[in-house]
Amino acid sequence: MKAEVDLVDIGGGNIGSISRCLERLNVRYRKSDAANPPDGSRPLVVPGVGAFGAVMQSLRASELDKRLVELVGAGTPYLGICVGMQILFDGSEESTASPGLSLVPGKVVRFRHPKVPQIGWNKLTSLSKQWQPGYAYFVNSYFPVPDNAGDTLYEANYGGSFCAAIRRGNVTAFQFHPEKSGAFGESLLTRWVENVG
Amino acid sequence: MSADGLCKRIIPCLDVAGGKTVKGINFGNLREIGDPVELGRFYQEQGADELTFLDISASNEDRSTVVDLVRAVAANLSIPFTVGGGVSSLDLVKRLLENGADKVSINTAAVNRPQLIEEIAGTCGSQCCVVALDVRRSDGKGLKRRVGNGGENGTAWEVLIRGGRVTTGRDALDWALECVERGAGEILLTSWDKDGTLDGFDIELTKIFSQRLSVPVIASGGARDPDSFVEVFQDGQADAALAASIFHDGMYTIGAVKDQLHKAGVPVRLC
Repeated sequence: MKAEVDLVDIGGGNIGSISRCLERLNVRYRKSDAANPPDGSRPLVVPGVGAFGAVMQSLRASELDKRLVELVGAGTPYLGICVGMQILFDGSEESTASPGLSLVPGKVVRFRHPKVPQIGWNKLTSLSKQWQPGYAYFVNSYFPVPDNAGDTLYEANYGGSFCAAIRRGNVTAFQFHPEKSGAFGESLLTRWVENVG
Repeated sequence: MSADGLCKRIIPCLDVAGGKTVKGINFGNLREIGDPVELGRFYQEQGADELTFLDISASNEDRSTVVDLVRAVAANLSIPFTVGGGVSSLDLVKRLLENGADKVSINTAAVNRPQLIEEIAGTCGSQCCVVALDVRRSDGKGLKRRVGNGGENGTAWEVLIRGGRVTTGRDALDWALECVERGAGEILLTSWDKDGTLDGFDIELTKIFSQRLSVPVIASGGARDPDSFVEVFQDGQADAALAASIFHDGMYTIGAVKDQLHKAGVPVRLC
């Protein structure tokens, strides 16, 4: 694949697994972070694990938050994964003192389920004819609730239906880990890169 | 919770020593099975939901190969990958994660120094901290436990360490609850009575732990045939099941196990 992406390290995240996956898929990437910020010339891949509040505080401290908001506003394609998805919203129950980037209206809430985090493969229902259903690997205690139902791309069920992926303008984001979701996950990443590259 | 789409996981386990895969009855009489990189890919293609790697090397010299092996296996996998065996420091945990492990599994080291669980969970997150318990049935008399935990109805299990060779006198359910309080993200529960017997999982053990713990329980030890997996999910209420021999020896494929589970109405990821 000829596209090259900016793999953005937002802190707290292990970008190793997504970089290994991009290598398997022959997607070239440049690692970027606060010291070496993305400039909008490449689509953004933003993975993240860890706590919402810690990630947002680190983004604010380095002003990488402003850069991401600017670039998305200017139309740069953004692919968020896990916490890289959650920070797009207005805020999270996990850290009410740290607002999110407010690029997608809505909030992030905790599962009402006896076993949290959700760990494992969940069946995705697609709300778009263009995106295939499949099974994806999740590790999460929180999930987003978009204000606009039309922003939801995939749903899954864990003690109730929840939003597993969104698509809004140039923003696409997965709550699950496509890099750990076998051939199906790789097909989603390939599809995104081909569309934005 | 019947509407849940969360699937029950089937996890093949590769025991490795000195960079090679091995599996034997009750961990004795080791025999080599194959190349871990090839086996990892093979199981992924068969539909494994996750892969676990346990380093059972006897010496530190053999164990030093594990990081290289993890890197080679992980480069070829697109499913979650857990590594355990001899993991006793936060430093090694970080190296394993950097080299492609998604989770680490700790056992003896956690019993010896329970703070290791907090260190891993606090630094890398609970999601990558699996605590493995090797347990053996006991009458419960004299087992150490904190107030109010374990020993219900006279049924108890004792924690074993050092690959099952050393008893601890610790009540296993009580220890599992403490692990979860300290930040364990999953419990890998191996029945020492069943391991290597091909006699079916310990259903009572799995059920009691699954009901009491607020994190996923991976049942291990005794996998016999596809029906034994149906039992451990339906009756034992396990979240995942781990097995080695029945897959390594080619008795059943992962696909055959999943077909049987699907027929029985257990949610599984169909490939």
